[in-house]
Amino acid sequence: MTSPEAITQGLASVGYISTDEISMAIYLAVNLRKPVLIEGPAGVGKTDLAQSLARYLDVSLERLQCYEGLDESKSLYEWKYGKQLLYTQILKDRLNDIVGEGKSISALTDKLESFEDLFFSHQFLEPRPLLRAMEQTTGSVLLIDEIDKSDEEFEAFLLEVLSDYQVTVPELGTIKAKVPPVVILTSNNVRELGDALKRRCLHLYIGFPEAGREREIVGARVPGIGEDLLKQLVAFVQGLREKDLKKRPSISETVDWARTLMLLHADSLNEKLVRETLNVLLKHESDIESVSSQVGTMARTAASASDISRLSSGYPNFS
Amino acid sequence: MSAEATLTNFVRALRSADVNVSTAETLDAARTLRLIGYSDRGALKTSLRTVLAKSEPEKEAYNRLFDLYFSQHSKSTEDRSSSDDGDNDETDETPASAKDFMELANSKDEAELDMAMARAGNAVDIQDIRFSTQVGYYSQKMLKSLGVEAMEKTLLEKLHEQTPEAERDAEEMMAARKEMTRRAADYARRQFDVFGVGATQQFRDDFLADKRISEMDRSDLDRMRPLVEKLARRLATKHSRRRRRKNRGQLDIRRTLRSNAGRDGVPFDVHWKQKHKDRPKLVLLCDVSGSVARYVRFLLLFLYCLRDVVPDLHSFAFSARLKDVGPFLDVPVDRFEQAMERVMHEAGWGSTDYGQALSDLKVDHWSVIDRQTTIIVLGDARSNHGDPRIDLFEEAAARAKRVVWLSPEARGLWGSGDSEMLRYRPHCSVVSNLSTLKDVERAIDDVLMHYN
Repeated sequence: MTSPEAITQGLASVGYISTDEISMAIYLAVNLRKPVLIEGPAGVGKTDLAQSLARYLDVSLERLQCYEGLDESKSLYEWKYGKQLLYTQILKDRLNDIVGEGKSISALTDKLESFEDLFFSHQFLEPRPLLRAMEQTTGSVLLIDEIDKSDEEFEAFLLEVLSDYQVTVPELGTIKAKVPPVVILTSNNVRELGDALKRRCLHLYIGFPEAGREREIVGARVPGIGEDLLKQLVAFVQGLREKDLKKRPSISETVDWARTLMLLHADSLNEKLVRETLNVLLKHESDIESVSSQVGTMARTAASASDISRLSSGYPNFS
Repeated sequence: MSAEATLTNFVRALRSADVNVSTAETLDAARTLRLIGYSDRGALKTSLRTVLAKSEPEKEAYNRLFDLYFSQHSKSTEDRSSSDDGDNDETDETPASAKDFMELANSKDEAELDMAMARAGNAVDIQDIRFSTQVGYYSQKMLKSLGVEAMEKTLLEKLHEQTPEAERDAEEMMAARKEMTRRAADYARRQFDVFGVGATQQFRDDFLADKRISEMDRSDLDRMRPLVEKLARRLATKHSRRRRRKNRGQLDIRRTLRSNAGRDGVPFDVHWKQKHKDRPKLVLLCDVSGSVARYVRFLLLFLYCLRDVVPDLHSFAFSARLKDVGPFLDVPVDRFEQAMERVMHEAGWGSTDYGQALSDLKVDHWSVIDRQTTIIVLGDARSNHGDPRIDLFEEAAARAKRVVWLSPEARGLWGSGDSEMLRYRPHCSVVSNLSTLKDVERAIDDVLMHYN
C-alpha cells in the first residue's frame, strides 16, 4: 500500500486488472481514510474491485447490498429477539428460586435490573455488516453495494458511519472501529445521490475499458483463450459499444461471450458464429435487431483485427 | 504564490466552471497534495480529480481546467523553487524603475518573463477577471505594476532630448513597451480562460433564461439547448429523490404478523402502512400553429430532458387535427432538432381549431387520461371562432388529476378577439403565462411537485 503502482501490482496478483485511476483512488482512500464512491455502467467490475481488494489485503469483506426499505436493523445490528424471549421464559419459570420470597420491592427491582443488563449485552446482539466491519481487529473492506437503490434516510444514516467510522448502539454505547475499514460504495445511477454523501467520498468513475485493458481482463478471466480469438472478440465488442444501443455490453458480457466461444471450440470469429451467440452480448431484442444488418461487416472488421493470420498485403495467410 | 494559494485559486477556477467544491474537499485536496507532491503531473491530475470532481460533467470541466491552469503554473513554480529567496521580495516591495522594466523586456529568459507576468497578475488580482472585455484593462494594470510608468517618463525625457542616440533609445523603448503589452494581454487572456469563461457562461445563461422566448433570434436558440438541458437536469435531481411517507397511524397487519411469526406472534417488529408516491404521468397538448410553435419547442425539449423522471409522457400536437408525436421524439438528444421539424411538418401550419383537437383526443386517446394524469395544454386558446368544445375539456379535467394551461399570451389579452381563454380557465387547476425559460422551469417544477 505504499504507492499506486504497488496497488496495481497487488490487484493484478489476485486477478484484477487495474488502471492508474483506480489504483490512485484506492491509494488515496487508504491514506486519507476516506470512502470511495464508484460509479459507472453495470458490469464493469465495481463490485469485483472490492472483492479483489479484500483478497489482496487479506482481510474480510463485509458486503451490504442496498435495496429499497433497507434500514438500521438490517444493516447495523439487531437484537436476537427469539433468544431473549426464550431466556425470559426460562427465567420466568425459575424466578421464585432466584429472587426468593419475602424481600422488599426495591430489593427485587435491583435484582431484576442485573438481568436486564444481561439481556441487552453483546451476547444477544446480532451484528449486521456495518457493525461487523467496525468490529474487525485487523481491518476489513466494507462494500456498500448499489447505494442508489436505498432510501434517502439510509443515506443520511450512513453519514455518521462514513465520517467517523463509529456506530452507536443505545444500550451498549458507541462502538468505534479499531482499524477503519476501507469503504467502497457503488452506484449505478438509478437516482442522483445526495451532495452530503458525495462530498464525504472520493469519486471514481469506471467506464468501459479500452481494448488493451479489456484483452488483459478477458485473458485473466478466461484462461487458455487463443491470442487470435481474444483480439478479434475484443475488437468486435469495442465496435459494438459505439453503436446506438439500449444496453451496451460491458466487461462481464465480454467475459461470458469469451467463455461461450471457448465452449464452442471457436478459434476465430465469423458471421455465423457471431449471429448465433449475439444474445450473450446483447440483452434487448431491439438491440439485436438494430445491429443484425451490420453483424457481417463488423465480424469481418473484427476478424481482421488480429494481423497474425494476415499477410502484410491484407490477404489471409493460409500457409 | 504559495502552494496553498495555487490550490485555492485552482478551486476558484473550478467553482466558476460549475464544479461544486466544498471547503472540506479543498482540505482533502491539500492533504492529497502533500501525499502525492508536484513532481508527477499525471499522478497529480488523477489524484486531484478523484478528490475534487464528483460527476462526469465535473470531471470533464476539471480536465480542461487542470491542463490550462497547471500549464501556466508548473513552469513558474519549478523555477521559483530554485531561485525563490532573492528575486521575490525585491520586485514586490521596491517600485520598479524604468531600467528594471527595460531589463525585463529585453530579457531572453522566457521563464523569467513568465514569472514576472505571474507576479504582476497576482498583484492586480487577475483571478477576479470575469469578462473577455476586461483583458485590456487587466493587462494595463499589470504593465503598471511592472513599472511601465517610470519607463514612460524616461521615454518622454528621451524624446525631448532630440539627439540621434536618444531617438534610438526611445525607439527601443517603444518596441519594448509594445512587446510587453502583448505579453501581458496574452497572460490576461489565458487567465480569463481559467477564471472567467465559466463566470461569463453563467452570466449569459442567467440572461438567456430571463429573455422572452418571443424575442429570441437564431443564435440564442442554439445556445439555449445546453441551458435547457442544465435546468432540466437540476429539476430531475430534485424530483428523482423518491420520497416514501410512512403513515405511522396505521399498522400493516399482514406484514407485521408475518415477520413476527417466529416469535409466537408477539409483535416485536411493527410495520406501518406506507403511502407510495404516484409516478408522474403527463399528457401534453401542444398548439403548434405559427404563433405558439416556438414555445412548444422549449417545453418539449425540457420535458424530453426529464425523461428519466417522467417516463410516462404522452405528447400530442395539433393545429386542427391532433397527432400523437411521441414516436417522433423517441430519438437521441442531438437529433432533437430534426424530430421537432417532423412534428411541425406533421401537425403544424394549419388554422387552429381547439374543438377539433379535443374531439380527436376524446375519440382516439381518451384512455391515456386517468386520475394520476396531469394534462398540460400549451396554447393561446385562439380557436378561430370555432366551437371550443368546453364540454369535452370539462370532462377531461374531471378525469385527470390536474389541468395546467400555459399560455404564451400575457394576461391582459386573454379573452380578447377569438381567444377562448376565459371559458377554458374555470376548468384548469392553474393558468399561467409562459414567456421565458424560467417560466417553463417553474411550471414543470410545480407540476412535479404535486406528485410528492
